[in-house]
Amino acid sequence: MSAPFNPSRRRFLTASAQTSGLLLTLNLLPAAQLMAQADEGEGFMPNLFVAIDSDGTVTVTCHRSEMGQQIRTSIAQIIADELEADWDKVVIKQATGDPVYGDQNTDGSRSVRRNLTRLRQAGAAARQLLRQAAAHTWGVPVDQCEAINHVVTHQPSGRSMGYGELAQTAASQTLPDPEGIPLKTRDQWRYIGKAVQSVDIDNVVHGKAVYGFDVQLPDMQVAVIARPPVLFGTVRRLNDEAARAVAGVTDVIRMPALEAPALFKALGGVAVLAGNSWAAIKGRDALEIEWRNGSNARYNSDDYMQQMLATSRKSGEVAREHGDVDEALENAAQRITAEYTVPHLSQAPMEPPAAAARVSADSAEIWACTQTPQSTRREVARALGMEESQVTVNVTMLGGAFGRKSKPDFSVEAALLAKQSGKPVKVLWTREDDIRFGYFHSVSAQRVEAGLDADGKTVAWLHRTVFPTISSTFDASQTYPSAGELRLGFADNPFDIPNMRLEKGQAKAHVRIGWLRSVANVYHAFAVQSFAHELAVAAKRDPKDYLLELIGAPRHIDLPGAGVEYDNYGDSLRTYPIDTGRLANVVRIVAERAGWDAKRAQGRKLGIAVHRSFLTYVATVVEVEVDERGSWRIPEVYVAIDAGTVVNTDHVKAQCEGGSIYGLSCAIGQITATDGVIDQGNFNDYLVTRINQAPGSIDVHIVESDAAPAGVGEPSTPPFAPALCNALYEATGQRIRELPVPLRLSLS
Amino acid sequence: MKVTVNGKVIDYSGDPQMPILWFVRDELGMTGTKFGCGMALCGACTVHLDGQAIRSCVTPMSVAADKSITTIEGLGSEGEHALQKAWKTHNVPQCGYCQSGQIMQAASFLSQNPNPSDSEIETAMTGNICRCGTYTRIRAAIKTAAEDLA
Ligand code: FES
Ligand code: FES
Repeated sequence: MSAPFNPSRRRFLTASAQTSGLLLTLNLLPAAQLMAQADEGEGFMPNLFVAIDSDGTVTVTCHRSEMGQQIRTSIAQIIADELEADWDKVVIKQATGDPVYGDQNTDGSRSVRRNLTRLRQAGAAARQLLRQAAAHTWGVPVDQCEAINHVVTHQPSGRSMGYGELAQTAASQTLPDPEGIPLKTRDQWRYIGKAVQSVDIDNVVHGKAVYGFDVQLPDMQVAVIARPPVLFGTVRRLNDEAARAVAGVTDVIRMPALEAPALFKALGGVAVLAGNSWAAIKGRDALEIEWRNGSNARYNSDDYMQQMLATSRKSGEVAREHGDVDEALENAAQRITAEYTVPHLSQAPMEPPAAAARVSADSAEIWACTQTPQSTRREVARALGMEESQVTVNVTMLGGAFGRKSKPDFSVEAALLAKQSGKPVKVLWTREDDIRFGYFHSVSAQRVEAGLDADGKTVAWLHRTVFPTISSTFDASQTYPSAGELRLGFADNPFDIPNMRLEKGQAKAHVRIGWLRSVANVYHAFAVQSFAHELAVAAKRDPKDYLLELIGAPRHIDLPGAGVEYDNYGDSLRTYPIDTGRLANVVRIVAERAGWDAKRAQGRKLGIAVHRSFLTYVATVVEVEVDERGSWRIPEVYVAIDAGTVVNTDHVKAQCEGGSIYGLSCAIGQITATDGVIDQGNFNDYLVTRINQAPGSIDVHIVESDAAPAGVGEPSTPPFAPALCNALYEATGQRIRELPVPLRLSLS
Repeated sequence: MKVTVNGKVIDYSGDPQMPILWFVRDELGMTGTKFGCGMALCGACTVHLDGQAIRSCVTPMSVAADKSITTIEGLGSEGEHALQKAWKTHNVPQCGYCQSGQIMQAASFLSQNPNPSDSEIETAMTGNICRCGTYTRIRAAIKTAAEDLA
């Protein structure tokens, strides 16, 4: 028996017998996609398996990319809770390597956010099956059988049986309607909302976790690629004699030239294949290549920034407007203008991209540290001229990703080389490759102008944003920010200002632009939250009080109602409103925890910023100390996060610590280009936070909430840079409007 | 040349210039030692050479002749090292990729300085990057391990 529950609609759960127990299978696609799949007549394609064995072991097999957010632990926690499983008997398996698991995409925060209820229902359904099995065995009514901590007990008689003993019988019970089973109340939660330890931690601390870089296949060649230094450049002349002479080098292969749009295609260039990584790296160094650079060789990031700033000084296309900004500015008692710039950034995950491929005439198999197995499969199939069904993608552990590994270009490279060489090939990206040939976080210029009335209240706000759009990576003719990017901290401005106009300006991309942790929120929050502080200074008010005043009364901001294109991170505004009450609440909490109004140690100053992203509200206070030479450090950081219902408190804390430190890296790092070539190449010139720059302590307060679960991986990043710069202003009087923040400020 | 890796003596006749990193990963198939930068800038590749933390990405095999290499796989061979325990107590890892290097660096440091101050910890660990930002937990875990070893 393996009839899915209610196949016409919510086809997400089935139960069946397996050799020694019960097997639950779940498909966690969003409901709409599930229905589409059913419409297309596709069979039930589960991507999560829960098996209960006769020895009581509960095995959760999860096909999810693990990149540091402990998604597999969270999923198991939720199921085990409603199942009333003993956590020590729960085993979590990575579904790598077996096509039966399907390879559905779901990004980390979303897979929990969108599936909390379904995961709970699945656990509850399994628990119900076990109770039914016990009732059946004893010939008693089900409601007399209680399932607690891996044991079902017949209340009146006190008889009991373990889950393992019941597993087989449970498999022959009729699966109840998952939506009809009452779920636990919050105070009954055993694991949800608690700090359960990551299931991968043992492997990690013993060096046994397998990442994309670590994949080894029989007869495998390692490839390292010399890519065109300028985007869309091609090889004019190649001399590979010296490269081929390197001991261990087995082949030199020219990659197909890249044509616009860049998409997720391979970048082109010349690959060196060898029996080991070292020989491949040496071989590549020995290549002599003359490049034809093309028109992007005119790209100089400094000039480009000046052009973007010039654009920001002219009227742009209106993205949102209410009141009459021009008139309000005209009549303002005080007018303040500021321009903010943020350079390109590189995601620079600790593990650079890596993928292995094995290709035969009619099939291909990929092993990769990818955030997106589904698009990997599609792009590999396209590049090889195969059907998607002929391509299998195995997801390894991810050594960080931050958006870089949502682009499958490196898997495409591996597939092309495996096909051409006839051998399994693993493509390794060195750090230089990662930093020079990435999908860069967009460079940004913004201009904000505000008018204050005689009481210092902000009555007019004119904000222009200019940046090359991620859409350009997919369609080279795109030169305006997309609605999807504007919604990230720009169009969803939460301030209660009577006259507001938000405009976007045009910018053409000259490098591949891509997602980086929290995406456009990084630069939008920097401008908006820095400027809020500038206004407080102009109004001679306390920055925290002024910020609360700008946010205004608790209300839900109705952007679609105001005619603004807004998709709210793909979730409904009814479940996830833009709630200024929650926004103000995290400001108050963080200020209180930081001791905002108390006296600080000599020389220490605070800065504050708040931002809603990924449906989550985060306020950050950064404490800085600046010495007489202008060097600064961060003794303390305070974060208050309201992410609705939280599955694992320690993981949320860890994400806020990491997200803050990532925000600090975003504030000190920069990628620049000269004649189309990226100037940086490794951690010596691309600065990232090191332990000596990291905050001395990071206090994370998680707001307890019954609201729907929201994102936790990204939202703590955007408020960090403005909170830091606001603190540095308080300490030095120096306003930093241009990132990166120098590690040593020049004090006047 | 002869080299000892995690207590096992191995005959090596390959390229003496090959960095230890690629030898242990590609030739021995021990992938716990990670590549992060290849230029001694990130610490992901840290192993011990005769007990001293070194960056295996820039240390050629010739240097290891008649010496003993310890990798993360060989750390705490008699049960779990105090640092590995402390790493679990503090739930340090996020993606985990940098953590072999962090632990190996910390292990060699603690063996020389069993009772370090905060700033000594910072100085010792500055060469090890963690992009996931686990630094505050790394500091705490090193202190816990130091107490445990004391
Ligand atoms: S890989 Fe050796 S220090 Fe970075
Ligand atoms: S845990 Fe991911 S880089 Fe350190």
